[in-house]
Amino acid sequence: MTLTLDLAKRKERSPFIVQTVFLGVGLACLLLAPLFFYPVFLMKLLCFALFACAFNLLLGYTGLLSFGHAAFFGGAAYFTAHAVKEWGVPPELGILVGVFGAALLGAVIGFFAIRRQGIYFAMITLALAQMFYFFCLQSGFTRGEDGIQSVPRGHLLGVIDLLQPTNMYYFVLTVFVIGIAIIWRIINSPFGMVLKSIRENETRAVSLGYSVRNYKLAAFVMSAALTGLAGGLKALVFQFATLTDVSWQMSGEVILMTLLGGIGTLIGPIFGAGLVVTLQNYLATSEFPVTIITGVVFMVCVLLFRRGIVGEFYNSRLGRKLGFEHRHKH
Amino acid sequence: MAVATPLVNEAPRVVLSARGLRRDFGGFTAVKDVDLDVHHARVHALIGPNGAGKTTVFNLLTKFLQPTHGTITLLGEDITKTAPDKVARMGLVRSFQISAVFPHLTVLDNVRVALQRPNRLATQFWKPLSALDALNGKAEELIRSVGLEKEVNAVAADLSYGRKRVLEIATTLALEPKVLLLDEPMAGMGHEDVGMVAEIIREVARERAVLMVEHNLSVVATLCHHVTVLQRGEILAEGDYATVSEDPRVRTAYMGTEETS
Ligand SMILES: Nc1ncnc2c1ncn2[C@@H]1O[C@H](COP(=O)(O)OP(=O)(O)OP(=O)(O)O)[C@@H](O)[C@H]1O
Ligand SMILES: [Mg+2]
Repeated sequence: MTLTLDLAKRKERSPFIVQTVFLGVGLACLLLAPLFFYPVFLMKLLCFALFACAFNLLLGYTGLLSFGHAAFFGGAAYFTAHAVKEWGVPPELGILVGVFGAALLGAVIGFFAIRRQGIYFAMITLALAQMFYFFCLQSGFTRGEDGIQSVPRGHLLGVIDLLQPTNMYYFVLTVFVIGIAIIWRIINSPFGMVLKSIRENETRAVSLGYSVRNYKLAAFVMSAALTGLAGGLKALVFQFATLTDVSWQMSGEVILMTLLGGIGTLIGPIFGAGLVVTLQNYLATSEFPVTIITGVVFMVCVLLFRRGIVGEFYNSRLGRKLGFEHRHKH
Repeated sequence: MAVATPLVNEAPRVVLSARGLRRDFGGFTAVKDVDLDVHHARVHALIGPNGAGKTTVFNLLTKFLQPTHGTITLLGEDITKTAPDKVARMGLVRSFQISAVFPHLTVLDNVRVALQRPNRLATQFWKPLSALDALNGKAEELIRSVGLEKEVNAVAADLSYGRKRVLEIATTLALEPKVLLLDEPMAGMGHEDVGMVAEIIREVARERAVLMVEHNLSVVATLCHHVTVLQRGEILAEGDYATVSEDPRVRTAYMGTEETS
C-alpha cells in the first residue's frame, strides 16, 4: 500500500505552518496599519486589492483575460451610492445592492463574452464595458459628469458610525477579509479545481464532459460579484461614485496590478494593488506624470519578474523552502 | 499472422455508427463518404497513412468538428448536432493524438478532475478541496491500473511522453465510457508500456467498444477484431486483420510505405 502512504504524505505540515504564520503577520500588519498610515489611503488600497483578487479569479484561475472589469467595479459603486443616498438603505445593504448589480451585469456581459476566446474575449468585454460607460455618461441616475456626490456612509447595523475613520477602516478591513476568504474558498474547492483544469487544457476538459461555457460563465459572474463588493466599498469610502471607475483605464489598471503581483497566486494581486496605489499616491504630489512612471515600473517588473513579484518569490529558493512552490504556465 | 482471439462476453451490437461522413476544409475534402460501425465488446482499428483523415474522423465522431455531410448515431441517438461535452457525457470519450493532460496538476489531480463530474463533485464552490479525497480510492485504483503509482504526486508536465499518454488513458477510463476513441494511444511509449496498454485495452473492451488509431501493425494484428483502412479520406478496405492485410490495394497504399515497427 505504498500509494496510500504517498497520498498521506501529500499533506505535509511544515508549509502549512509557515503559511499560517505569514497570514497571521499579514493580518496583524493590517490591524495595526491605521497607527502608521492615513486610513483613507489604506482603505483605498484594500478596495483595489480586493478588486485585483476578484479579477485574478478569472485571469489567474480560469485563464480568461477580461478587459471590462471596470464596468463591475464602477457599476457597483454607482449602485451602492444610489441605494444608500436615494433609498436610504444601511451601508451593509447598500454594498449588497452593489454586489447583486455587478453580478447581474456580469451575467449579461459574460453571456456574450464567453462565446469567444483569447483576444476576442477581451475585445468583447471591452466593447460591452464601454457601452456601459456611455450608459453611465447619459443616464440620469449616475448624474453624468458629476457622478453621485456626498454619499452618506451611514451607521453599520444601525449603531456604528462609519463617518468615524477608524470605524470605517475596520469595516473595510472586515469586508476585505471576507472577500478574500470567499475567493480562497472558490479557488480551493472542487469547482476551483475544474476551473484550473479548464485553464490548463480546455479541449481536454470538454472531452471529459465538462460544459466549459457554464463553468466559465459561473466564474465570470463570481468574479464580477466580488469586484462589485470592492466597488461598492469604494463608493462608501470616498463617498462618491464617478465615471473614473467605469472607464477603460480602470480595467487596464486592474490588469496591471494583477500582472505586477503575479497571476495565479492568491496574494500576488494584493501586492500589485498595493504597489500601484502607493505609487499613484506618492506621485500625485510630485511633478512626474503618473501614467508614465507606472508604465515604466510595469515594464521593469515584467522584464525582471516574469511571474510577478509574488510569483517570483514563490519560485525562488527561499519560497520553495517555505513550501510556497507553485507552478503556473505563461 | 495471428489474428486476435475475440474476448467476447456479450453479443456484438452497434453502439456508434456513422453514415456518409464528410468534412471539407475550404476546397479540400479531408473525410469523404465514410460509413463506420463500432461494436460493443470489440476493438476496432482505424489505420491509414499520415494525413489519411483518421484524427479528423475522431474529431467528427466526438463532435469537436461539425461534419459537412452525414449522420452520427451513438447508442441509438442521433448526435450529429450534439455538442462535444454532451457527447462525452453520453458515454463517448476520446483521447488525443497529442497527449492531453492538465500539465500543471499532479497525476492524482489529473485523475480526480476526470472523476469529479461523474461523481457529482464538480460544481461545489463552497466545499473545501478535501471533499475530493472521497475520490482517492477510485483514483488510486486507476493510477495503479496504468502503473503510475510511483508518480502519483508528480506534476504531469514532468512525466515522460509515454507516461503522459498512460495518464491520459487513466483519465479517459475514469469516465467509464461506453465507447472509447483512442488516437494512437501507444505512440511514443516504451516497449513495456505498449504491452501494458494493449492489455488494458483488451480488458476494457470486454464490456465496452473501442475504436483506435494505431500505426503499430503488430498491435493491430493481436488486439483488434476489425480493421478499417482509410486513405485520402476514403475507406479503402475493411474486415479482420488477415483479410485486410492480404488486400493488394492496402499493401500498395499503406503497408509498403509504413513502418511496421
Ligand atoms: N482544421 C483543419 N483545417 C484544414 N485542414 C485540416 C484540418 N484538420 C486536418 N486537416 C487536413 O486533413 C487531412 C487529414 O488530417 P488528419 O489529421 O485527420 O490525418 P491523420 O490520418 O490523423 O494523420 P496522422 O497519421 O498524421 O495523424 C490532412 O491533410 C490535414 O492537413
Ligand atoms: Mg492523426
